[in-house]
Amino acid sequence: MAWRDAKASRVRLLLFMASIILGIAAVVSIQLFSSNLKDNIKLQSKALMGADYIIDSRQLPTARAQAIIDSLQPDASEVNFVSMVAFPKNGGTKLVKVRALKGDFPFYGSIDTEPASAAANYQDSGGALVDATLLLQFNIKPGDSIKVGELTLSIAGALKAIPGSTAISTSVAPPVIIPNRFVDGTELLQFGSRKEYQYFYKASDSLNLSKFEQNIGPQLEAENSDLDTHTSTSAQLGSRYDNVGKFLNLAAFIALLLGCIGIASSVHIYIKEKLRAVAVLKCMGASRKQSFLIFLIQIAGIGLAGGLIGSLIGVALQTVFPYILEEFLPFAVEITISAQPILMGVFLGLFMSVLFALLPLLRTWYVSPLDVLRVDEQASQGPKKARIIVFAAILIFLFLFSFWLLKNAVYALGFVVATLITFAILAGISIGFMTLIKTYFPKRWGFTTRQSLLNLFRPNNQTVVLVVAIGLGTFLISTLYFTKDILLAKTEVEQSAENANMIILDVQTDQRAAVEQGLNARNLPVLDNIPLVTMRMHKIKAQLVNNIRQDSTSEIRGWILNHEFRTTYRDTLIDSEAIIAGEWVSELKTGKPVVISISDNLAEDAKVGVGDAIVFNVQGVLMETTIGSIRKVDWGQLQLNFSIVFPKGVLEQAPQFNVITTSVPDEAASAEIQRDLVAQFPNVSVLDLRQVYTILEDILDKIAWIINFMAFFSILTGIIVLIGSVRTSKYQRIKESVLLRTLGAKNTQILKISALEYVFLGLLGSLVGILLALLSSLGLALLVFKEPFVPSLIPFLVFLPGITLLVLAIGLSNIQTVLRSSPLEVLRREG
Amino acid sequence: MPKILKITGLEKTYTSGNRELTVLQNISFEVEKGQTFSIVGPSGSGKTTLLGLCAGLDNPNAGTVELCGQDLSRLNEDQRAQLRNKEVGFIFQNFQLLPTLTALENVSVPLELQGDKDATKKSMALLEKVGLADRYDHYPSQLSGGEQQRVALARAFANAPSILFADEPTGNLDEETGEKVIQLLFDLNTEAGTTLVIISHDLDLANRTQQILRLKGGQILTNQRTAVL
Repeated sequence: MAWRDAKASRVRLLLFMASIILGIAAVVSIQLFSSNLKDNIKLQSKALMGADYIIDSRQLPTARAQAIIDSLQPDASEVNFVSMVAFPKNGGTKLVKVRALKGDFPFYGSIDTEPASAAANYQDSGGALVDATLLLQFNIKPGDSIKVGELTLSIAGALKAIPGSTAISTSVAPPVIIPNRFVDGTELLQFGSRKEYQYFYKASDSLNLSKFEQNIGPQLEAENSDLDTHTSTSAQLGSRYDNVGKFLNLAAFIALLLGCIGIASSVHIYIKEKLRAVAVLKCMGASRKQSFLIFLIQIAGIGLAGGLIGSLIGVALQTVFPYILEEFLPFAVEITISAQPILMGVFLGLFMSVLFALLPLLRTWYVSPLDVLRVDEQASQGPKKARIIVFAAILIFLFLFSFWLLKNAVYALGFVVATLITFAILAGISIGFMTLIKTYFPKRWGFTTRQSLLNLFRPNNQTVVLVVAIGLGTFLISTLYFTKDILLAKTEVEQSAENANMIILDVQTDQRAAVEQGLNARNLPVLDNIPLVTMRMHKIKAQLVNNIRQDSTSEIRGWILNHEFRTTYRDTLIDSEAIIAGEWVSELKTGKPVVISISDNLAEDAKVGVGDAIVFNVQGVLMETTIGSIRKVDWGQLQLNFSIVFPKGVLEQAPQFNVITTSVPDEAASAEIQRDLVAQFPNVSVLDLRQVYTILEDILDKIAWIINFMAFFSILTGIIVLIGSVRTSKYQRIKESVLLRTLGAKNTQILKISALEYVFLGLLGSLVGILLALLSSLGLALLVFKEPFVPSLIPFLVFLPGITLLVLAIGLSNIQTVLRSSPLEVLRREG
Repeated sequence: MPKILKITGLEKTYTSGNRELTVLQNISFEVEKGQTFSIVGPSGSGKTTLLGLCAGLDNPNAGTVELCGQDLSRLNEDQRAQLRNKEVGFIFQNFQLLPTLTALENVSVPLELQGDKDATKKSMALLEKVGLADRYDHYPSQLSGGEQQRVALARAFANAPSILFADEPTGNLDEETGEKVIQLLFDLNTEAGTTLVIISHDLDLANRTQQILRLKGGQILTNQRTAVL
């Protein structure tokens, strides 16, 4: 009977099915991809690092650290630092990360170069491997030369990939690999340069890496060095991608949820139309269970088939992900198919469609045979208790599934509550809006306009579901758009003379005057000239940092203990900071202790407050200080912020280097000054903030692309729900249109009524979505990014009309059938 | 008397799968202006199909329909709709009210489609005439069958039609309510001079009209004038 009945309504049932297919496809593809990613990271963990383990240090290793490093016999090593390079061929200059390698690194995986032989020969031939994109940008080819500091090398090959770096991580400072023996010749490793020493090891298979890490790790940490094994690094990498996976999973889950709401709404109307048939069956002796099962089996069948088709599409779709995430992955992902996500897809399809359809399905259980004579709208709703149980089951399932995805009860609960609130707001606004239209109905409007508005309230209308579907899709893409705007606005470099857009780093004390003069000669302002003094913490609140390291109960964050702080001294606060505790001391008073100011995050991580003492090791000299004030620092602002600021009169004589900022009018001027500076002072690095901004925009665009891709599932599901709803109401529309035509309405009038109805729906849905996005983005801007929010007009000018037109097109897609229907045939049908 | 409806050699066939079903065959008759005319016959005799063809709701396979002096086969869909809007009223067995509109709004539809500025006022007057002035803001679902049919009746007369087609107007009503509706129908006919074409099973009702056309198996059995003047 279920089959026979389904055959008669197959188109509609197929549409119900389509609503969940995309959601399932999204969930399955992401699940499959995540599990593939995990497997790949595990399999390729050695190739990702290029070694079994690495010891690294941000300074020349201490004697004890060096002893450990040497005793373990490194197979390769490198020192890397950020520096400017120049291409003599055309005078181009660029900030790069120089990696001076010694030995046969990598031991696993390979350096991918063009020509391929360059990776094997560069050490012997004494050439440099230069990032392939960088070569393209500057139109440089292998064989040309590159000037690194005082040294000019021939370019042996274009560097396409090296273990441990992603396309994104190399955007700001692309890598340049040189043989380690040339490092001294560059004369770049001067005082204050940021550098990193890395020692690469190949271990025997019998070495237990985690035990080894437990033994050696703390000893190295005590000497400000660090041990990373390929297993721990890949575990970190895995958990990082796991977070991305969780986010994508949630996005897919939202699409699935939307599809399920679509099913619930369509089944509601479907069942309503079948109630009389159910009553007839009951009159003929069918039991409650039998009549309930007819429709339950139909829905279960749809769910099962939807789950299966969705899973198959998901399998196909997962092969696309490596291309989408290419920029973010440090390795190529090999795609395999595992059974678990597919089984889960089929189960989800079956379970979620039955669960969401249960509420309307319950009506068939409670329908009375008497309803053959008259279907009572209220009587067959089912008792409150049954409905509450179903609602509770839905909520519990939502929570459990989110918990399974996120593995955190609080986040899962947060996600379910946030989703419910979003749905409730969308539904609430649409209901409120409709009540508003009803209350203040525009009676003076023309007949067609009024009729189209009235259609929004017609019996069996799906206005709320449609507004939720359209609204959710619009909400997702608009939020994305607004958020991207906020992030970009936050990092934007204003093109005015007062704002620095070029930062000159690593200026040595003896170079300061010459750099300033060089800028002045070009009429460029010296906006800031900030002295930098590096130091480490020696004692915190009278406790030796070395002892704190050993203390497993200490709540002080690890980075504090090993970090080389770059501090400055000045007598005033800058725009991006404000005192939140204590008092700002501008100058050292004779005979008084050295009073410093620290940032709020440092105070929190180091568990210190105003009045606490910190002893710093300033390049071998111990300096006692007292915390005088705590500052709130807006790190998001692109200017030089410091976690530790000394008053004037303390550090002036300490070894230091300077950061000078200026404002250059255009790219040509920027290139010119960079070229001159690099030629005159090879150790100086120049950061053009405009370039950084372009790179940031590019990264954000790529992230946005991925999020858009996920939002696309929700939007597409929304469209299917829309098509399903249009299809469900088709007969009713035909009936109404035919009646109007019988009474003398022209085709254009009928067309106008339908068109306006969909325009209202599209406008309402997308407007609610955009406004909701505006609110949430405003919240994000004010509470998270702490930025004034100036909303972009694009969502209003592009999304609003675009989505409305889309809704209109779908709505009118079956109008031709409506217009062509024979009035007589329709009027003859019962009801 | 001038003829308001002239049917000549009408034929209608439907295709169902591979089978062709002839519903009406060689139908010819005329209806005079202001006349009351009934079409009777058993179920499946083609009554409703005939009414639909007369009102231009469907196209015949052969023959012509001349309504209010216009050959319907020469008019397109919109022109036929316009003709109906100006000259024709309808009453259906299932009332066919728009569920989203109140009683008053339902009555106004034909006038609104014409762009009549006094639609509400005129519709209210019609509702008063059918005794439903106090239910003007009720929706069809809030009205009884009899009340719904009276609203349909008011709607049918809203555009002051020259001819009114009624398909089993009392089919869904009890005897007493049915009688009230019929009485209203005839009263409005008398007052406005509207031609009435009624389809019915009910011979008593048919006998109250001036002419009866009997159909059987898609063909005319008889077409007789009655004693009603």
